[in-house]
Amino acid sequence: MDLISTLLGGLASGMVLFIVSVGLSVTMGLMGFVNLAHGAFAMLGGYVVVYSMRHWGLPFAAALALGFVAVALLAVVLERTLYARLYRASELDQVLFTIGLVFVMIALVTLGVGPESQRVVLPHWLDGQTDLGFIKYRTYSLALILAGSLLMLALWLGFERTRIGAKIRAAVDNRRMAESVGVDVGRLFTLTFALGSGLAAVGGGLGAEILGLDPQYPLRYLAYFLIVVAVGGMGRVTGVFFAALLIGVLDFVLKIEFPKGGTMFIYALTLVFLLARPQGIFGRKGA
Amino acid sequence: MKAKRLLALAFAAASLAAASAGAQTVRVGVVLPLTGVGAEFGQQVDRGIQMFMKLNPDAFGPYKVEFVKRDSKNPSGAEAKTAVQELIAQEKVDIVTGFVYSPDAIASAPLVSAAKKPMVVMNAGTAWITNLSPMISRVSFSMWHSGYAMGEASAKLLKAKTAVVGYTDFPPGKDSLDAFKRGFETNGGKVIDAIPMGGPGQVPDFTPFFQRAKDKKPDVFYVFVPSGDHAVAVTKAYAALGMRQAGIKLIGPGDLTPDHKLQEMGDDAVGLITAHHYNADLDNPANKRLVAAWRQAYGANASPDFMAVQGYDGMAAIAHVVTTLKGKIDPDKAQEALKGWKYADSPRGPIMIDPQTRDIVMNEYLSELVKVNGRLVQKNIGILNAVKDMCKELKEGKCAQ
Amino acid sequence: MSGLPAVQELAARHRLRWWEALPWIAGIAAFFLFPNYLSFGTLVLVTILFALSLDLVLGYAGIVTLGHAAFFGAGAYTVGILAAHWNWTEPLSGLVAAALVAGAVGLVSGWVVLRTQGLTLLMLTLCTMALLEQAANMFSGFTGGFDGMPGLSFQPILGLFEFDVLYFRSQYLYALAVLFACFVVVRMLVYSPFGRSLTGIRENLLRMHAVGAPVRARQVFAYAISAAIAGVAGAVFVHATGYVNLAVLGLDRAAGVLIILILGGYGRLYGAFVGAVVYMVLEHTLSKAYPTAWQLGLGLGLMLVALYARNGILGLIDALRRRWSTP
Repeated sequence: MDLISTLLGGLASGMVLFIVSVGLSVTMGLMGFVNLAHGAFAMLGGYVVVYSMRHWGLPFAAALALGFVAVALLAVVLERTLYARLYRASELDQVLFTIGLVFVMIALVTLGVGPESQRVVLPHWLDGQTDLGFIKYRTYSLALILAGSLLMLALWLGFERTRIGAKIRAAVDNRRMAESVGVDVGRLFTLTFALGSGLAAVGGGLGAEILGLDPQYPLRYLAYFLIVVAVGGMGRVTGVFFAALLIGVLDFVLKIEFPKGGTMFIYALTLVFLLARPQGIFGRKGA
Repeated sequence: MKAKRLLALAFAAASLAAASAGAQTVRVGVVLPLTGVGAEFGQQVDRGIQMFMKLNPDAFGPYKVEFVKRDSKNPSGAEAKTAVQELIAQEKVDIVTGFVYSPDAIASAPLVSAAKKPMVVMNAGTAWITNLSPMISRVSFSMWHSGYAMGEASAKLLKAKTAVVGYTDFPPGKDSLDAFKRGFETNGGKVIDAIPMGGPGQVPDFTPFFQRAKDKKPDVFYVFVPSGDHAVAVTKAYAALGMRQAGIKLIGPGDLTPDHKLQEMGDDAVGLITAHHYNADLDNPANKRLVAAWRQAYGANASPDFMAVQGYDGMAAIAHVVTTLKGKIDPDKAQEALKGWKYADSPRGPIMIDPQTRDIVMNEYLSELVKVNGRLVQKNIGILNAVKDMCKELKEGKCAQ
Repeated sequence: MSGLPAVQELAARHRLRWWEALPWIAGIAAFFLFPNYLSFGTLVLVTILFALSLDLVLGYAGIVTLGHAAFFGAGAYTVGILAAHWNWTEPLSGLVAAALVAGAVGLVSGWVVLRTQGLTLLMLTLCTMALLEQAANMFSGFTGGFDGMPGLSFQPILGLFEFDVLYFRSQYLYALAVLFACFVVVRMLVYSPFGRSLTGIRENLLRMHAVGAPVRARQVFAYAISAAIAGVAGAVFVHATGYVNLAVLGLDRAAGVLIILILGGYGRLYGAFVGAVVYMVLEHTLSKAYPTAWQLGLGLGLMLVALYARNGILGLIDALRRRWSTP
């Protein structure tokens, strides 16, 4: 096994997992809401990117930005009208609602575009391979690794160094306390939900080369997104980062070594991990 | 007397009308994936069926045909089985046809045996399917037609010594692996690794599997995946990992170069060598007619592919049965009519149903993908005539039953 | 009801109400009224049984799980592997084996995962199921992998009733009988003190801990019984269809049965019946005609149920009845 190539490949898919899942982690940590429809936002982002590039001739980066904005706006609308009603509801109702929402989104995409998988045509500057000196590897994968790392840095700075970041962290750790010192948790949630969904959209478009893009996307990767969030710790950006990379690399290696059913080890390890540490890598106990 | 003559004439006319009205409508059940991951394949086969009816309006003579379509949905076979059961028990069809995925055909075999209904397989390629029931005949292909041919060609023509095989992990994939291996190793080659690459349900990320293949440094990399989106992803992964520069040729059965997605595959696919019983660039009058009619019906960029031609030929076979049996479908007589049936006007060249195995005998075309005037075109580099299914010929494994 | 004192006493002791005979009468009537649809009918019966098992953990013990197909699949594969590799094709003993294996899997996994709650528990149930699915893929020599094991055939039930490949007559009655037997077990369990303690756990976990009830033990036990019954459903499925593959362990199946139970109404035993029949009949007819519209409608329906009709169809019926009975 070519160690470096494998590592790079795994890191690249891990980065995609991170970009998509980080939003889910923060919203679940913040509101304790089981949003199984998160993957659908990623999918929608992917479709916006494909459509705008194909029919309006937008360049890749602009399409990603459009995807972010469009999906974030949709998320705000959905959150205010529907999600907000279920914050106090039982976990079961949240599961049902979000599964229902996923079905609706899948059906709408199938009706609107069709059941076939869509290709994102990467810009030529992402094509081919890049020579790093010690190895030549796929440019696109290297770009993903770079993008994910930058995002991680940006989010970390945002959470640690800004007032809003502090408010979010406070609300994740202890919502009642945060409310009592005057933090408008409701508005905060709308903001983070929009941000998280927008990021998922970017992840969907960026990662379409690796994860594919078709109406079944939200359900197919649901387990992976949830695992990354649970293992990383809800509401912990650094945790999600490391968990995503870990899962990405592990998945890649397992597929090489045990192409048949090798991913069972991911589930086994997740089980063991979550039993030993239910709050995740960085999560706080009792949260 | 005039009145008497008139009456007799009227009587004759009436009885003639009654006789032709009494000629049964033949009901044909069509089981295809109309939704889900296989929907595009189902659509190709369906269009092939319609093209036959359109281009050959007299094929059924005076007999009427009624189609009853059912959705086989996912590639697991469970839905197909229910569909066939309903077609036989409720819809009372005379003939069952369709079957894109092998599990669909495999699951339906016991039903058509029990009910004695002729089953004409229009795609499902696992070699031993025709052994599962005497009611089954196949107009499509066996994975061994293309796999064995490609294995033989790789050793003899491409002079390859080592090969890695990547395959989607379900019956046709395993079949293709076995076929290629047999053909390749019989002619001096060696398969050094076989990599199962996930199931047929969705297109996986091929990168880790291809990375493993690349690390083994073979002369050729033989890949079988379900046609369509999987195939497009294969060429992308191959290019993304720089495998051509590493000296590894990408080869496979024609499933790798689906005509209706060919142009989408782009420059990455140039140089791809495939063996198959059909591609849209074949030069014969029946094919030219089909392609022209197809473009007219479905757009200048549309193209029939091997599944469409199989739907087309399947209808030709059924038409033969209906006209030979004069609209009364007796199952045993139907199977007799199919055995040894020859069809010279197929868009893929001359075909025949082998009387021994009820499987198809046809030409295999070796092609290389080249770019001509900005379009990807299959260039013919060899023909194998009247190829039989080698699995059953050699009585390999499950084909021996 | 009947005036016979013995019957009345039986009814009173088990709190049987007259309409509880309806599902069974309907089941038998369907056999005569729809002779060409019995394969579909058998699938409906299997789904009812599966949903019933889920009701035990979800409706009564309050455990939200997305991984219940793990046990359905465990039972299904038990029967399949026994038949394909050890030539053990006697159906009734196959049912017992399936129940034991699935119950064991439920016991172990329940003991392990039920120490967590909320999202973590949900995740772990998903992981357990996915783990089994991939394991089945990995050991495809045993399980047939993605293709599964087609063409399984079984001995006649009790040596008398052969499995009818084309019309599914014996399969249907077999499934009905098994459903009845399991239903009796579940019903007795639910109305027993054990069953009531489960409701207590569901309603007020803290208080149950406070009164010293062995909460974990009860939950695990309920989980294991439920798993066993789900395994029986899986076994009947394989007996009837003669085919098992990875789909029996998939998220589609697990999510589907959850939806069915919610639709019918959980925590009420008969929700499984209502939900399965309504869902599958609708799916069979609508999904054939307009598959994408079906998914859209289903999704909208789920969202509405989550927002307004918390207790499914039976809950709606209850609410309507209450509204009409109050003057």
